[in-house]
Amino acid sequence: MSVEDLASLFLELSLRLSLVLLGAAFLMTVLRIWKGPTLADRVLGLDVLTSIAIGFIAVVAIDTGFTLYVDIAIALGLVGFLATVAFARFILTQGEAEEHRGDALPLAGDLPGSDGPFEENEAR
Amino acid sequence: MTAVFQILVGLLILCGSAFAAVAALGVLRLPDLYSRMHAASKAGAVGSSIMLIALMLATDQPSEVLRAIGAIIFFLLTAPISAHLLARAAYLVGYPMWKGSVLDEMPDTARKKHYGPDLQGAKVSQSATDLGAT
Repeated sequence: MSVEDLASLFLELSLRLSLVLLGAAFLMTVLRIWKGPTLADRVLGLDVLTSIAIGFIAVVAIDTGFTLYVDIAIALGLVGFLATVAFARFILTQGEAEEHRGDALPLAGDLPGSDGPFEENEAR
Repeated sequence: MTAVFQILVGLLILCGSAFAAVAALGVLRLPDLYSRMHAASKAGAVGSSIMLIALMLATDQPSEVLRAIGAIIFFLLTAPISAHLLARAAYLVGYPMWKGSVLDEMPDTARKKHYGPDLQGAKVSQSATDLGAT
């Protein structure tokens, strides 16, 4: 076996192993998004998911030579950044709403005649 | 692609995917939002950047090299900004730290600066526009 064969075998092996690692990273991040427990944790999970997807696109481009998706990786980074910024502002305004809930309009669960707070309807 | 480049690309790919897997493991296992963010924003950015560097070495077209460089620069510029904005929003809103944390540097000064001295929401809209300008 020559050096060239050994090198290409090593490249094949490391491509497979890195795809396995990236798949495990996807699964762990999706588990965090599923478990929550807060909105900021889910936003962070989406951010990590974007970066893992960019790495996945790079690995697939090396593996198959199909480099069309690198443009999509750049666009994905842009969209992920904008989504994180927008969600950060949303978290800020939502926290203010929770802070001043007393002097705002009552929620549906606080009205008389309704059965309990609103959170119980959403809890599984 | 010569043998040296193949081995180098394989090593870079393994290193980058290991970084990404460690980042995801940290996001899954660490106790509170801030330490999860510590794992995600650093290790995640480094992992995908290393894999894009491997793509730069593996391809032989100059346009792909330039695209990969652009993606790396963009990613390294935006990852700290988004992490900072998310952490700032979470800290100002008052997401709790893990109870094993040893130090909160700004226990109430940050929220006072955000909500005004008497926590009445006097400066809320101004601070929100500051965040948008950042």
